[in-house]
Amino acid sequence: MTTTTSPPRGGFGYRHPNLRLAGLLTAPMAWLVVVYLGSLAALFITAFWTVDDFTGKLVREFTLQNFQQVFTTPAYLSAMLRTLSIALLVTLFCLVLALPLAFFMARVANPKWRPLLVALVLTPLWASYLVKVYAWRAMLQPETGVLAWFLDPLGLDSPGYGYLGIVITLTYLWLPYMILPIYAGLTRLPDSMLAASADLGARNGRTFRSVVMPLVFPSIVAGSIFTFSLSLGDYITAQIVGGKVTMLGNIVQTTYVTNLPFAAAVATIPVIIVLLYLLAVRRSGALDNL
Amino acid sequence: MTISRGTKVVLTLFALVAGAFIYIPLGVILINSFSVDKSLTWPPSGFTTEWWGKAAESQGVRDALVTSLGVATAATAVALVLGTLLSFALARYDFFGRDSVSLLVVLPIALPGIVTGIALNNVFTTFLGGLTIYTLIIGHATFCIVVVFNNAIARLRRMGGSVEEASADLGANGWRTFVFVTFPLMRSALIAGAILAFGLSFDEIIVTTFTAGPGVETLPIWIYQNLFRPNQAPIVNVVAAALVLVSILPIYIAQRFSNTDERGGGLI
Repeated sequence: MTTTTSPPRGGFGYRHPNLRLAGLLTAPMAWLVVVYLGSLAALFITAFWTVDDFTGKLVREFTLQNFQQVFTTPAYLSAMLRTLSIALLVTLFCLVLALPLAFFMARVANPKWRPLLVALVLTPLWASYLVKVYAWRAMLQPETGVLAWFLDPLGLDSPGYGYLGIVITLTYLWLPYMILPIYAGLTRLPDSMLAASADLGARNGRTFRSVVMPLVFPSIVAGSIFTFSLSLGDYITAQIVGGKVTMLGNIVQTTYVTNLPFAAAVATIPVIIVLLYLLAVRRSGALDNL
Repeated sequence: MTISRGTKVVLTLFALVAGAFIYIPLGVILINSFSVDKSLTWPPSGFTTEWWGKAAESQGVRDALVTSLGVATAATAVALVLGTLLSFALARYDFFGRDSVSLLVVLPIALPGIVTGIALNNVFTTFLGGLTIYTLIIGHATFCIVVVFNNAIARLRRMGGSVEEASADLGANGWRTFVFVTFPLMRSALIAGAILAFGLSFDEIIVTTFTAGPGVETLPIWIYQNLFRPNQAPIVNVVAAALVLVSILPIYIAQRFSNTDERGGGLI
């Protein structure tokens, strides 16, 4: 994908490519490195400080106390594991829903319908995040919600607000992030490879496992970055449809005013998980699929 | 690989069910905005357009809308400049750390919003002496850069450098080449990027919560603050429905200006 070409000839820029490059890079890098990375670094450092219990002031001394507290307090530990399990379940649900749907869009549906199908999947992605969570509040409401109304005649109860409600809502929110990369991966798949696989005697199942899956794997990873990372840090969904269930984000949100170092330590955990994940998948080429 | 008829039928049915899953909640929002009930109740016991009128007259909603539009416009403008500069640097030059830059630019939306939120909140309150509407714009611009960047760099890569070289060979200097050759070819990609950035900023709630100054209320913040108030449900329903309708428009426009294939199937 990367084609580097020489800068345009003639003029000042051509004779001084380094100056020109510096001119292009200075402003955006100042913003991203100084404002953004700087803030992240400051937050990371704060995570190793503490707050004086009496004065409420920052104590700028290096300590692992905050992390110790997160990993040894049962309530925090269970919130962390719950958040991880929610993020993994959401990613799994998104994959299970997205793979057949993307396959339908890319390989089964009439090609002339494809742009419309993509638009249909994209539209809800750009609908307001908050509105979508709010929609699920109306869907999941016990007794008077849409699901309750639909499931009651079948003798079933609405999942209501709670763990399952969070998982369903997050799956709904991030599903397009999974569908679109997989769809794009599947449309790029050359027909000749599928034909070759069939000529060599592979049945559909085998072709899917040995040809299709390895080729769309980077797309799946690209999608999972969003579904996993966005779920890890979410707290508004838990507030609106989670009932009493809390996630890591809720702990950060409730503690950051009074105890910023502790909130920073809690917030660092999903960042480390996401960064490790990003580094691990960088080689798969997934980042080019974002 | 020939897909059997049975598989096709199953996949089509699955797609219909998935489509229902995607669109029913949005439909519920639209229907609820006409409900006569004062709380979230399904099915609605009757329909009325009264709340749409009340919402249009609500001063809180109007102020929030104006704030949201202003913030999104400013953030988009910043993102447009920075994203375009960055895309030129990465598409036209090879330099040390180029791959890290493309990772850095994705980071603000790849990392959880709450992390970006409290990181910026911490720095703004410590060094800038507090939160204002400008800190909010800075926060929004940070994660909007990536959408402009992605659209612009995809176009630059597809364009290649030959047209710019041709322009230079014909005697145009760098600026003239940009104005008459490069920019016209990039315009539609930049418009698409700007629309997406605007939409991203307009809808953002988490970073907004942490970077908006006191009294700065965007539309999502307004919804959030009125979500749990019992009497406000009908107005919240209307604002939510309006946002759903409004979000369809930019996507339609952006689709016309960019194509997904060009960005290697990327969605942002």
